[in-house]
Amino acid sequence: MAATASDLKQTPLHALHIALGARMVPFAGYAMPVQYPTGILKEHTHTRTHAGLFDVSHMGQIRLSGPDAAAALERLIPADIVGLAAGRQRYGLFTNDTGGILDDLMVTNAGDHLFVVVNAACKDQDVAHLRAHLGSSCTIEVLGDRALLAVQGPRAAAVMARLAPEAAKLTFMTGAAVTLDGIACFVTRSGYTGEDGFEISVPATSAEALARRLLDQPEVAPIGLGARDSLRLEAGLCLYGHDIDATTTPVEASLSWALSKVRRPGGARAGGYPGAAIIERQLAEGPPRRRVGLRPEGRAPVREGAELRDSAGRPVGRVTSGGFGPTVGAPVAMGYVETSLSAPRTELQALVRGKALPVKVAALPFVAHRYFRG
Amino acid sequence: MSERKYTKDHEWIVVDADVGTVGISNHAQEQLGDVVFVELPEVGRTVARGDEVATVESVKAASEIYAPVSGEIMAVNDALGDDPALVNGDPLGKGWFFKIKLSNPAELDELMDEATYEAYAAGQA
Repeated sequence: MAATASDLKQTPLHALHIALGARMVPFAGYAMPVQYPTGILKEHTHTRTHAGLFDVSHMGQIRLSGPDAAAALERLIPADIVGLAAGRQRYGLFTNDTGGILDDLMVTNAGDHLFVVVNAACKDQDVAHLRAHLGSSCTIEVLGDRALLAVQGPRAAAVMARLAPEAAKLTFMTGAAVTLDGIACFVTRSGYTGEDGFEISVPATSAEALARRLLDQPEVAPIGLGARDSLRLEAGLCLYGHDIDATTTPVEASLSWALSKVRRPGGARAGGYPGAAIIERQLAEGPPRRRVGLRPEGRAPVREGAELRDSAGRPVGRVTSGGFGPTVGAPVAMGYVETSLSAPRTELQALVRGKALPVKVAALPFVAHRYFRG
Repeated sequence: MSERKYTKDHEWIVVDADVGTVGISNHAQEQLGDVVFVELPEVGRTVARGDEVATVESVKAASEIYAPVSGEIMAVNDALGDDPALVNGDPLGKGWFFKIKLSNPAELDELMDEATYEAYAAGQA
C-alpha cells in the first residue's frame, strides 16, 4: 500500500482532503478523495439539493493559441470550433481512424486562446496527439500549474454570486476570466452532475485558499469521486474508458449531438477529422449498436461488465456503467445493445452472479438536467 | 450465547445452542460505505466454511460475504430487503444477514475473538 501511495500524484488540494477526513484512492495516477466522512449517499443528495465542491484538478488543462488554433483543432474533433464565439464552450470528441473515441473534452473560446479540458487518464496521450498533429499550426501549452474545482448544484449560482457577481451571470456552456476572492480564475458554467454549476480553473498556489473559501459558504460541502460517479450516471453522462473508448464511435455512443452540423455531410466544413467516413456512414445508415439507459426492475445493482441478453437469452450487449442511483432511489445503468433493441421500454435481461435479472431500456437522463440557460 | 467471533473476511458470528447468527463487522460496514442492497442465501441451503453465501452492495461496489462456518442456512434477515442501511446503522444487531445451523462447531475455535479481531482490523485500515 505505502509504495503504491507514494507513486501517486497529488492535487494541490491533497492536504485539504486529508484534513477533511477523505478516504483517498488511486484514480488515473492520482490520490483522489472517493468520499468524505459523510458518505457517498449524503454527498450525492447534498449536491442535488444544495451545492457540492469537487476537486477535479487531476484533469488536463490545455491552452491552444495562435491564429489558426480553432481550424487546427477541427482536424482532430468533429465539432464546430471555428464558429465557436468568444466566451462559448462546446463538448468535443477526439476520434481515431476507425471512428472510435480517443477522449472527450470541453473547449472554450477564451478570446485570445482556446481553453481545453481533457480526462486525467488520457491527458498525456491527448497532449502527444495534439503536438503530433497540430504542433506546427498552433501553440500548445499544458497548464500544469493550475487546479480545477467544480461547484455543482442548485445553490451553486448563489454561492458564486457571493464571491463574484459576474460569474453568476454566465449561462450554461459559457466561460469568462473572473476574479474570485482576489484570485484570477477562468470560470465556465458547466459540469458533470446534470445540475447547474461551475468549473473554476485556478492557479495551484491559490487553490486551497479558494476551496476553503467555497467550503465556508453554508450551502457547500466537499464531494468525492464516488458521488461524482453516481451523479454523472443519473445524468446519463459518459465516463471515458467505460461508456466510451477507442472502439465506440460517437454515433454508437448516442453522442451524435456532439457532431456539429457544419462538420456533417453537406456542411461547410464537413469531415476532415479522423474516422469521418465511418462516422458519416453510421449517421446515414444507423450504427450496429447504441448506448442506452437501463433500469433494472429489482433492487440489485447491475454493474459494469454485466452481459445483456434478449428475452430469448441471446447475448445482445454489455453494461458499461451501473450502480445505485440515490436520487432515482433504485439501480440505474448504461450499456450498449444491438440497435434493434435500443428503443425505450425494450425488455432485456442482465446477467448478475449467474442470474438473469429483468432490465428495461430507459430514456436518458435518469434525472432531468437542470442547466441554467438564462 | 457464545461470545462474538470474527473471520479474517470481517464477518461475525454469535452462536446460541447450535445456531449461529452472522453479520459483518463495524469495520467492514465503514469500509463499504452506504449499503444499498444485500443478496441473501436461500433458506435450507447447505454451505461449507468459506463459501460465498451473500453479496453486499454499496453505492460503489459489490462485495462477497463468506460463510464463517459450515452448516445449513436456517433463516435470513428479510428486513434488509426494505432497509439495507441497517447494515450501516446497526451492523452487530439489526443488520444481521442470516442464521446458520453449525455442522462442525469446532470450526468456531479457529475464529478470532473480539480483541484479536480489533487489532487485526486496525492493522488493515
